[in-house]
Amino acid sequence: MRDWTLKREWIYGWLLLLPAMVFLFAFTHVPAVTTLINSFFSTPRGRRPAKFLGLANYDRMLNDPVFWKVLWNNLWFALGTIPVSIGLAILMALWVNEKLAGRGFVRMAYFTPTVLPLIAVANIWLFFYTPGFGLFDQLFGALFGTAHTNWLGNQATALNAVMVVTIWKEAGFFMIFYLAALQAIPVSLKEAAEIEGAGRWTVFWKITFPLLMPTTLFVSVNAVINSFRLVDHIFILTDGGPDNASSLLLFYIYETAFRYWETGYAATLTVALLVLLSALAIGQFFFFDRKVHYK
Amino acid sequence: MSRPAFSLDRILNTSAAWALGLLWILPLAYAVWTAIHPAAFEARFVLTAPLTLENFVKAWQAAPFARYFLNTFLLVTMILACQFFLGTLAAYAFARFRFPGRSVLFALVLLQLLVMPDILIVENYKTMRMLDLVDTIPAIALPYIASGFGIFLLRQTFMTVPKELDEAARVEGASFMGILWKVYIPLAKPTYLAYGLVSVSHHWNNFLWPLIVTNSVETRPVTVGLSIFSAIDSGIEWSVINAATLMTSGPLLIAFLLFQRQFVQSFMRAGIK
Amino acid sequence: MLKSTLLKAVAATALSFSTWASAQAVDLQFYFPVAVGGKAAETIQGLTDAYAKAHPDVNIDAVYAGSYQDTVAKAITASRGGNPPQLSVILSTDMFTLIDEDLIIPFDDYLTSDEDKKWIAGFYPAFMENSQTGGKTYGIPFQRSTPVLYWNKEAFKEAGLDPEKAPATWDEMVEYGKKLVKKDASGNVTQWGVRIPSSGFPYWLFQGLAIENGVTLANAEGNKTNFDDPKVVEALQYLVDLSTKDKVMAPGIIEWGATPKAFFEGQTAMMWTSTGNLTNVRDNAPFDFGVGMLPKKMQRGAPTGGGNFYLFKGASDEQTKAAVEFVKWITAPEQSAKWTMATGYVAPRPETWETDTMKKYAEGFPQVLVARDQLEFAKAELSTYQNQRVVKIFNDALAAAITGKETPEAALKAAQAQADAILAEYR
Repeated sequence: MRDWTLKREWIYGWLLLLPAMVFLFAFTHVPAVTTLINSFFSTPRGRRPAKFLGLANYDRMLNDPVFWKVLWNNLWFALGTIPVSIGLAILMALWVNEKLAGRGFVRMAYFTPTVLPLIAVANIWLFFYTPGFGLFDQLFGALFGTAHTNWLGNQATALNAVMVVTIWKEAGFFMIFYLAALQAIPVSLKEAAEIEGAGRWTVFWKITFPLLMPTTLFVSVNAVINSFRLVDHIFILTDGGPDNASSLLLFYIYETAFRYWETGYAATLTVALLVLLSALAIGQFFFFDRKVHYK
Repeated sequence: MSRPAFSLDRILNTSAAWALGLLWILPLAYAVWTAIHPAAFEARFVLTAPLTLENFVKAWQAAPFARYFLNTFLLVTMILACQFFLGTLAAYAFARFRFPGRSVLFALVLLQLLVMPDILIVENYKTMRMLDLVDTIPAIALPYIASGFGIFLLRQTFMTVPKELDEAARVEGASFMGILWKVYIPLAKPTYLAYGLVSVSHHWNNFLWPLIVTNSVETRPVTVGLSIFSAIDSGIEWSVINAATLMTSGPLLIAFLLFQRQFVQSFMRAGIK
Repeated sequence: MLKSTLLKAVAATALSFSTWASAQAVDLQFYFPVAVGGKAAETIQGLTDAYAKAHPDVNIDAVYAGSYQDTVAKAITASRGGNPPQLSVILSTDMFTLIDEDLIIPFDDYLTSDEDKKWIAGFYPAFMENSQTGGKTYGIPFQRSTPVLYWNKEAFKEAGLDPEKAPATWDEMVEYGKKLVKKDASGNVTQWGVRIPSSGFPYWLFQGLAIENGVTLANAEGNKTNFDDPKVVEALQYLVDLSTKDKVMAPGIIEWGATPKAFFEGQTAMMWTSTGNLTNVRDNAPFDFGVGMLPKKMQRGAPTGGGNFYLFKGASDEQTKAAVEFVKWITAPEQSAKWTMATGYVAPRPETWETDTMKKYAEGFPQVLVARDQLEFAKAELSTYQNQRVVKIFNDALAAAITGKETPEAALKAAQAQADAILAEYR
């Protein structure tokens, strides 16, 4: 009898999982494996079929200065955007969670990036950054009399300008998660601490921040992934330029596959991206000391 | 607790919050400004600028935004419905059933948090070509409908459902699907709402994959339509582009404004924290 | 009763006759991109409808496929999936890519009579350079453009220059530019002399400079580039100097899309951009403007740009014949004139400019003639095998020099080496 129920439970479990697993395999696991396989082959073109190249694509990647450039760009991009957008998200959530004059407006303002498509907003930021008649130049010119600045057309500033747009987008989105977490913290906890004479700063670091830790883990995993995934605005702002100064790994993969039609090499670059993401994920688990257990 | 310091602190906080708020709303404010003024005032911010609705008319005539909007709506609905359906079944299996291969399969699900379909564009494009689905709305949706994130989130919620409720329903003779429907799903409502929000906002704004896999008016979502519309050789017309942006983001924007409190609360209850 | 039966019978016969007729008709599918605003898509649709009306034996299905890049992607994808269009408008520079992918066939097999040969010879030679290779014609020019120089007549007057005269030489452009630069009290520039946009596809306008300096960037076979030719280096040095030495142009990469707006806002007195912008500038410039040819160094010069008609493999003989007939019709003077007036593209055949419609149009808007007259000096747009990659390498080199990261010489040397590595297998 017991054996029988056990078996039935197995079948139920498998059947329930089946539809989701089919799609997961079809569009995630299988393509990941074929990407790996294709990374060892040349790109089929016209009458020439794909040919086994061994490690030639990898050799090419390691000697490809553009690959190294976009890789470093991407690391700097992640390093620059993740902590800042998380920090700002916490700050925004703290403010909006308090009784603030005009809280409704401020909250709405912080919400806007979640609603406006990045691709559309990129056009607006493009105007902000435009030298001369762009908003920033008009503003800074009127306030400080500074000269025109070509934010997007300069190797030193292009990537940073793109990062600012990303931070704008990400902080607004993450703020929602922190706001929810803050509202779940009992007010009595904070009040008790304040009565004991703890300053706001202490309350934040000793009580609020630790309680936000699970959210921070969740958000930072998302932030890391997004920093390798979010390239929409690059299409409008800089198209990766000047001289790849603002190009990121996924953007380069897109260019390689869908502009140069080199799917073999694009597969190799994708493998590099996957390896990088896995390394970061493992690193993150250790960094957060497995504070949240997934099982 | 010195009072004056506290209120100074308060003033500082309020003004900082407002400063950041103004900065954050700047793109939206600029979109509204350009959309309701003639193109000559795109870069001139004078209060006497004449008002006009012409940009909306122009945008509406220049590209089939109604169709793009419908495509996006269909796409988002399709993705969300499938994600809920597949995610619920899978999460239920992981939360309440024991079977061989469970932890391996769960690890494979979690792997998708890392190896997102967005990264596998090249291979997924080949798959779509093989299935003869390129340039269809299902092709945009398919890679996303089994979501590792959704399954994980629902599983976490289902795990918090007290075993007693489950057993009581079983005693009353409910089938295992009946239990899912009557006990688990109602208790997980906030999770569905919160996850739905993330999913809708993500896919409403998604660009790269739809850009690759669509190439006709009948399938293009709003984001791709906007990018094509703005990427013409003859210079950027901010006023018209922004009018188009406002038209297409308007419904989502209004929904957000109306329901923001509910969203935050459902997040809180969903345990995404 | 009898009458209605009779009517039904007639209707049934008519219906079956028309189905029979359409069964005999040739089906054509044709993809087209739209790269300029305005009524381009509508005009093409209108023209194909008119053609279908006049030729009931052809069913023509015009598919708007998005940007140029979307269109080529769609055509390649559909062909690989065994469902190619019979005809498509794609960038003239994609010719080698399409040949390499084995997707297109030359027009020659369908243009055998003397009359046909005359027809081919009736296109501007500058447009044919990107359309023929190895003695075969793969592309028929259709939506083609070329860059020209626009100038603000009021700014010229203010600077004490002749408002009716554009700079004719490189040196003149610098000289004029210096007079046109305006600064505010704190020494910041409020009006630049000239603006040559360099975002996205800097190679195109730069090619104008290279041709003027008497050098072509790639050979006609599309398998060898001349990026490190001293004359190319000199042209790039001139471009870089405009910002760094002569200080008549804003430094850094200059956005293509924002250029017309900068011109309208009076932030630059001259700009280089496509003739495709003519209508836009006419409608929005709040001042009198002139249109001139690009200035010369050793000679006048400009690249061409835009799209050609291509015949795709996999069509039946009847379909291809019908497609060729359609191409002949749509490039004929009357249709071509309509197309040019609606979009600003340069009509690709001299005879179009001789029609009364075009003459009248040019009388009221003489600026349109500049692009036509410049065609005499125009050369093929940079196009090679693996075009996108080679061009990207070149663009990166230009960007590196413009942003001052590398000297023109070093940047171009490196680009040439990379291009050589890619193109070696096509020699």
